[in-house]
Amino acid sequence: MSMELLLALPVMLPLGGAAVTLLLRHHVKVQLWLTILTLVAIVAVALIVGWHVTQESVLVLQIGAWAPQTGIVLVADRLTALMLVVSSVVTLCVLVFSSAQAVSENSERTPVAIYHPTYLALVAGVDMAFLAGDLFNLYVGFEVLLASSYVLLTLGGSASRIRAATTYVIVSLLSSIIFLSGIAMVYAATGTVNMAELAVRLDGLEPGTRMVLELILLVAFAIKAAIFPLSAWLPDSYPTAPAPVTAVFAGLLTKVGIYAILRLETLLFPASQIQNLLLAAAALSLIIGILGAVAQTDLKRVLSFTLVSHMGYMLFGIGMSTKVGMAATIYYVAHHITVQSTMFLAAGLVEHRGGTTNLARLGGLAKVAPVIAVLFFIPAMNLAGIPPFSGFLGKVGLINAGIQYDHPAGWMLIAASVITSLLTLYAIAKIWNRAFWQEPSEDVLENVGPTPKVMTGATTALIGVTLLLTVLAGPLMEYTDAAASSMLERTPYVGAVLGDEAANDLVYRIGEGGERVVEP
Amino acid sequence: MPVSLTLLLTAGVLIACGIYLMLERTLSRIVLGFVMLGNGVNLLFIVAAGRPGIPPFEGSGDPEEMSDPLPFAMVLTAIVISLGVTAFGMALSYRAWQLFGHDEVPDDVEDRRVLRRSRRRTGEGEDLSWTQALTEDARRGALRRSQGFGPPPAPEDHDDPLGSDLSGPEDVPWDHTEADEGETPPEPRRRSAARRAPGTGKATGSDAVHGEQDRGGR
Repeated sequence: MSMELLLALPVMLPLGGAAVTLLLRHHVKVQLWLTILTLVAIVAVALIVGWHVTQESVLVLQIGAWAPQTGIVLVADRLTALMLVVSSVVTLCVLVFSSAQAVSENSERTPVAIYHPTYLALVAGVDMAFLAGDLFNLYVGFEVLLASSYVLLTLGGSASRIRAATTYVIVSLLSSIIFLSGIAMVYAATGTVNMAELAVRLDGLEPGTRMVLELILLVAFAIKAAIFPLSAWLPDSYPTAPAPVTAVFAGLLTKVGIYAILRLETLLFPASQIQNLLLAAAALSLIIGILGAVAQTDLKRVLSFTLVSHMGYMLFGIGMSTKVGMAATIYYVAHHITVQSTMFLAAGLVEHRGGTTNLARLGGLAKVAPVIAVLFFIPAMNLAGIPPFSGFLGKVGLINAGIQYDHPAGWMLIAASVITSLLTLYAIAKIWNRAFWQEPSEDVLENVGPTPKVMTGATTALIGVTLLLTVLAGPLMEYTDAAASSMLERTPYVGAVLGDEAANDLVYRIGEGGERVVEP
Repeated sequence: MPVSLTLLLTAGVLIACGIYLMLERTLSRIVLGFVMLGNGVNLLFIVAAGRPGIPPFEGSGDPEEMSDPLPFAMVLTAIVISLGVTAFGMALSYRAWQLFGHDEVPDDVEDRRVLRRSRRRTGEGEDLSWTQALTEDARRGALRRSQGFGPPPAPEDHDDPLGSDLSGPEDVPWDHTEADEGETPPEPRRRSAARRAPGTGKATGSDAVHGEQDRGGR
């Protein structure tokens, strides 16, 4: 019983922390330490939850002891626990990074007083979205994290940030409204928003109704996850935010969308008719995103476009929905959260040292700042999928799944994946050539402030996490395998929330080859 | 499940108006559109609640006759959320108005870069101005001229902050390794008075004339 209570902490702790840090806004040091302490506590809680789900599969907390159909349920299975662990480690490292940046830059332009509370509220929203056991709570989690992200994106209210945030806010508002109307329709069709109960009741609906509901929710989540036709907002809004904020956004917010799509395509609509649509969107995201990245001349914009592109990898695995594909996708999500955040932190270091992220004004950083060069090089190679890093392992896993899938769409996707990987390497090489080789530019030579140790330290720590994902790839793949198979079976989740009788009412499960199997 | 046609029609009208407003260019109208859209969707929840019944209080009657309380709880939450987000949207549009004198949503940076490059290459059509969106002055000027009031007084030469933006195309010198060899890249953060670097190639004279017209219009 007591273990279940832990599930409330990843939401309660940051919300409480946000309230207290807001009260302590005149004591910057205390505020910072309190925020770090909260995030460390969340890491600890996430690790305990992660250890526990490997022991007894799914943890369920019914808030206020309401029946799961009417009350709020928090559910943690293996997927949720992995997301919690990775996201809490990333948020901790990024916050430590940002603490040094806020001190070193002129602090009157960045109102730190609201930075920490908003950051904690963002963490609460992300954790709530991961833990939500019903659609409406997922919506509330999304709204909490979006509202915080609006504030973080407009920190300081400068012209460029207001301009960038305008697009972001409008697109997010629209996606929230689409999600909300999707929930209303789901409720009208089934009379529940609890995901476990939905899994049972949606199985009995007409195929046409199912597909309408699925597509509406998919559009809402795909906007958040920046899947290709709905991704144009991302490269315009992310690069203008402060580097640590962009790191958290790039690492986490899009992955919350992917997490929601994972749940949608396994728990709610198993192996549905739109698999080919997902695969097509994945291929287009991969190719068009990376072509965008190649054309850019600003470091942060290149990284934003690679982010859009690499969302395609995760959608590739979801679209196949084979067991191997799902396992590789879950591993890839964990890898991508860490590596993308690390890349943006490295970009923050480059910006701090060189004074700009414009590639035409940078140069010679490898000679002038070798530490930054190394800190950029490792995650960059990881992102491009050079062995032995985790990016390589994740891509190999996905391509392997594609070969086993043995379907024309699968082969197309394999080709797109390989091309994207190569072009990512090209984009990275272009950055490396412009910013780190050549003669040091004027901007770099003028800017001679030392890089704070905390910033390099936080980036190093995150690189350590990505290397850990590489070293521990074996056990982690076993873990994601177990996570994938329980997601494809669906019964563990539904059984834990509603009891085994309800789980017997499930009509479908997903077979190992990604096909829909009717339960006997 | 019986459904109230009045509710559905109201929701439909609200959503249609909301979408129309969201397609507008100014942020304040978009926020208003969001409010209408949100209200329309909230009505959908009330439709989803089914037949109206007696208030759902414990022991006040037969549970079969009560209305379903869950959608109303969700609607209340959604209303509170949209209240907060609307407040933020209005603050954002006020800040944009403070900074730029208008709250129009700017174009995609990339779109403009691509469009400008292709126009320059083909030499067709007018070159785009360096600002991101129409200024209030430009719109008023166009309105006055269309009404036959003649050219408006030339406003003071101010640089639109949107145009000289951090991640804007102006900030990014052009890539010499790519297809447009032999063209002088424009200087970053150019003022509107000196819009084109000398020797940009074709049609410099007509460009200068066009630049004058452009300034007159603003």
